[in-house]
Amino acid sequence: MCTTCGCGEGEARIDGATAHHGREHTHADGTVHSHDHVHLADHAHDHDHEHDHVHADGTTHSQAHAHGAKRMVQIEQDILAKNKAYADQNRLYLAERGIFALNLVSSPGSGKTTLLCRTIAMLAGQAVAVIEGDQQTSRDAERIRATGAPAIQINTGKGCHLDAHMVGHALEQLDLKENSLLMIENVGNLVCPAAFDLGEALKVVILSVTEGEDKPLKYPDMFRAAGLMLLNKTDLLPHLDFDVDAAIGFARRVNPKIRVIRVSATRGEGMDEWLDFLRVGLAQADMTKQETMDGLKRRIAQLEAQLQRPSP
Amino acid sequence: MHEVSLAEGVLQLIEDAARQQHFSKVTTVWLEIGQLAGVEGEALRFCFDAVTRGSVAEGAQLEIVATPGSGWCAQCSACVALSESLGACPRCGGYRVRVTGGTEMRVKELEVI
Repeated sequence: MCTTCGCGEGEARIDGATAHHGREHTHADGTVHSHDHVHLADHAHDHDHEHDHVHADGTTHSQAHAHGAKRMVQIEQDILAKNKAYADQNRLYLAERGIFALNLVSSPGSGKTTLLCRTIAMLAGQAVAVIEGDQQTSRDAERIRATGAPAIQINTGKGCHLDAHMVGHALEQLDLKENSLLMIENVGNLVCPAAFDLGEALKVVILSVTEGEDKPLKYPDMFRAAGLMLLNKTDLLPHLDFDVDAAIGFARRVNPKIRVIRVSATRGEGMDEWLDFLRVGLAQADMTKQETMDGLKRRIAQLEAQLQRPSP
Repeated sequence: MHEVSLAEGVLQLIEDAARQQHFSKVTTVWLEIGQLAGVEGEALRFCFDAVTRGSVAEGAQLEIVATPGSGWCAQCSACVALSESLGACPRCGGYRVRVTGGTEMRVKELEVI
């Protein structure tokens, strides 16, 4: 169990079902066991099994033997390499379909779900789907479904962030239309999600004016990882001492490239600018899809031309 | 930070290597953890011991090499050493610093039998 946040492995549930793996698997010696599996197209898990073999004298040990000699094995790999690999698969899956995906991060209570509901309503006609992350309950997914958009709830149990593996499985279940908008509402947490790439186009950090202006300084990793900051609940500014310029200044100090849009999800201020941002993202995702398909088509044409050339 | 997720990530890399390189026991693991990676060393050791119990890496010595933080200061037009990722430039005190090194978390190598 994690000393920092109590994360436990294997407790994530997707739409109520345990996200474990199962597939019947027969070994050469006839033993059968099962692993449940749900796979995205190119999504592979290691299923190597060490098979003990028996010596003539009855002793057993694993396949290749090196008896007692110490040696060095070079690894030279990033510790979060596995998550990055799953994230890259997700990214490719989304790119091939022209889907613009955003990873929404914030403290709990910043207004993410309300913002999503309002966004879906205002984008009538655009296909939108949502992946919701919370420790428990499917309340957020239900709120989204009430707007008419499909939503999948991932309950992380003790986990405090979504990871690319969970999102990959959710993508399979969602079966997204081409050129959709995918919003991933991460677990409310300004620390952990920063390190876990999900395959999104960019992270959007939502800061509400009822929090402190210095949040960006206190949680720099998250603000540095985000491409856009939404400053939410601006309708409450008359009742608060919140210094908007200071908050934006702190965010830019930590991340000079971060874009900022001020919004009020409940009253509508700034929503047009936010929607324009989404439309630009969707157009770019569509262009990427065309490039991907064009690239493939060109390669196929080249190969076909080669096949038709007479051999020397 | 996620010391338990990191320890599990290290174990996964070790187990993948054990299958490919055919070793049955790990005696030492060298990690490179950047000064700016936000990793708490003692927590990582604790978690590593806990997750490797019963695995090929049980009882392995964990060596953590801290790689230094570095950044590029646009004001000074120079590379500077950084000891925390929010730090101002140690030379000019300005904040126009982009982190260039010290955020890595890598498994470098293993000593195995």
